[in-house]
Amino acid sequence: MELVISITIGVLAGSGLWLLLRPRTFQVIIGLSLLSYAVNLFIFGMGRLRVGVPPVLDPSVPTNLALYADPLPQALVLTAIVISFAMTALFLVVVLAARGLSGSDHVDSVERSS
Amino acid sequence: MTFADHLIIAPILIPLFAGGLMLLLDGRRREAIAAISILSTLALLAAAIGLLVSSMTQDPAQAVRVYLLGNWPASFGIVLVADRLAALMLVLTATLGCAALLFALASWHRAGSYFHPLFQFLLMGLNGAFLTGDLFNLFVFLEVLLAASYGLALHGSGRARVSASLHYIVINLVASTLFLIGVSLIYGTAGTLNMAALGERIPALDPSERRLFEIGAAILGVAFLVKAAAWPLGFWLPALYAAASAPVAALFAVMTKLGFYVILRLGSITAEAGGGTSIFFAEGWLFTIGVATICFAAIGMLASQDMGRLAGYSVLVSSGTMLAAIGFGGTAMTSAALFYLVSSTLTVAAFFLLVELVERGRTPADDVLAVTLEVYGAADEEEAEEEEEVGVPIPAIMAVLGVAFLACALLLSGLPPLSGFIAKFAILNSLIGQHWLTGGGTVSLQGWILLFVILVSSLATIVAVTRAGIRTFWTFTERELPHVRGIELGAVTALVALCVALTVQAGPVMRFMHVTASGLELGRPYVGAVRSQPRITPPQPERTP
Repeated sequence: MELVISITIGVLAGSGLWLLLRPRTFQVIIGLSLLSYAVNLFIFGMGRLRVGVPPVLDPSVPTNLALYADPLPQALVLTAIVISFAMTALFLVVVLAARGLSGSDHVDSVERSS
Repeated sequence: MTFADHLIIAPILIPLFAGGLMLLLDGRRREAIAAISILSTLALLAAAIGLLVSSMTQDPAQAVRVYLLGNWPASFGIVLVADRLAALMLVLTATLGCAALLFALASWHRAGSYFHPLFQFLLMGLNGAFLTGDLFNLFVFLEVLLAASYGLALHGSGRARVSASLHYIVINLVASTLFLIGVSLIYGTAGTLNMAALGERIPALDPSERRLFEIGAAILGVAFLVKAAAWPLGFWLPALYAAASAPVAALFAVMTKLGFYVILRLGSITAEAGGGTSIFFAEGWLFTIGVATICFAAIGMLASQDMGRLAGYSVLVSSGTMLAAIGFGGTAMTSAALFYLVSSTLTVAAFFLLVELVERGRTPADDVLAVTLEVYGAADEEEAEEEEEVGVPIPAIMAVLGVAFLACALLLSGLPPLSGFIAKFAILNSLIGQHWLTGGGTVSLQGWILLFVILVSSLATIVAVTRAGIRTFWTFTERELPHVRGIELGAVTALVALCVALTVQAGPVMRFMHVTASGLELGRPYVGAVRSQPRITPPQPERTP
């Protein structure tokens, strides 16, 4: 499972980075989204990957922290998802404004002829 | 728990509630919104000064005040910590906020909707980031301030602003992902995000974990160097600051200092664990980056044609100088860098406001003329011979602006007699004094490099600012005079007057900076205060379950 998760993070981050360096604003938005997915998975992975263990205290499980998943990275991921979602929405608005003002969807608002 | 104990959270709550209240009000009731904005910013200044005073009067062991949010002990909950450095930054932010708001009230706050709420949220984010004692909470406050800053950077709209903001947003979103990667690596290895607890746990780390932890710290550091606009991560800054409206740019001047603040803070907490050297930026990287930033900014200053970009590059000079200074290390150097921080932030903010006033009378034709003047300099001389006027009268408003410009030029370049000189002199003095007088040997190579770079950057500043000043105040007297309102001039004058006050009171201020820097050097008071902060026991034991 560790291999699958790490390959997923790597592929997401790699494609996100590549798209981020492209000249069109739409590609940049998708790149940023992919990067934030990669980072969210990475934060989750940093809490150590466990299968089938609860993150919150459960009366039926013996009181031993080794039997629980770390709840903190999950809370952090939740915050990070909300923030990155909001920032993507805000960025979309700015991109639309730039498109309207300059008539171009190039990231520099100017088309390069070559 | 007295009122004074709750004062720590006031710099976050005041702008939060003020901003929220403004959003509820109808957007057309401008006077009410402006009144709330003024009251809130003044209250913020009062709270910040209160925190600063209370951190000064107590003995060093008690100067660090800790606020447990939700009354959770520090290892579980989030803490706010107010020590001298944090209180100093709060006062600086609130002062800049007051000046920028005063300036904006003349006309800029009507240039678009939601100026005042965004302004308050930006202040809230800045204050929260200075006060927080928790890495993830720092991320949240950074995002609050960045979201508000995106809105403010776009304030007034226009193609240049939208285009510059686009780059700014992308760069900061990428920096935020780097921040998150760093934070999660630190959590994965050290098991905590509380800064004080980190300071305690680093020495106990397993060597294999330690390597991973250092990678996380380095990634986190890169994110903050982006905020501090260090070379080669600061290319976004001059275009954005030149494009942003003047009061916004003035407030943004403190935003680059936030990156510097966090680097200083994390460095001080982890210093002990690293055996004297900081875990964040050991091995002289910070010094190299700082010197490179100064060089880049000095060249940029000489090359910039309009004054907005010139002001943008002067922000880069100041952040480069501070980074190089703390990279060099030593208590004397850190205290000099802190003095420089206050002086240069006030100066740059005043300069941004001033540039907007001066540029008001400027038409695009002037800029074209300025370029042609350089190329065909001879034509100008002939013209001057033809019309032999004896004494062209300088309009009063240009004279006032000219005096303010002169003061800013002196402050920026570090010429006597104003505080810019004292700040740079303190840095140079600790550079030479440390090794020459006490060490008995010679100044190290690093010291010579920094000495040389700082002096050359000052020279470049003088050349660039003088050229811009001559072009604006001595030539083209026939152009339209800028319409300047009293409160706008008042905001600029207040900032310059603060720099003058800093010059007059340089001794006490310098002593305060020295105590602050030596408190940082130890690191221990901060960690100890956070770790030992007791929970509040409620007066009635019968609590609702």
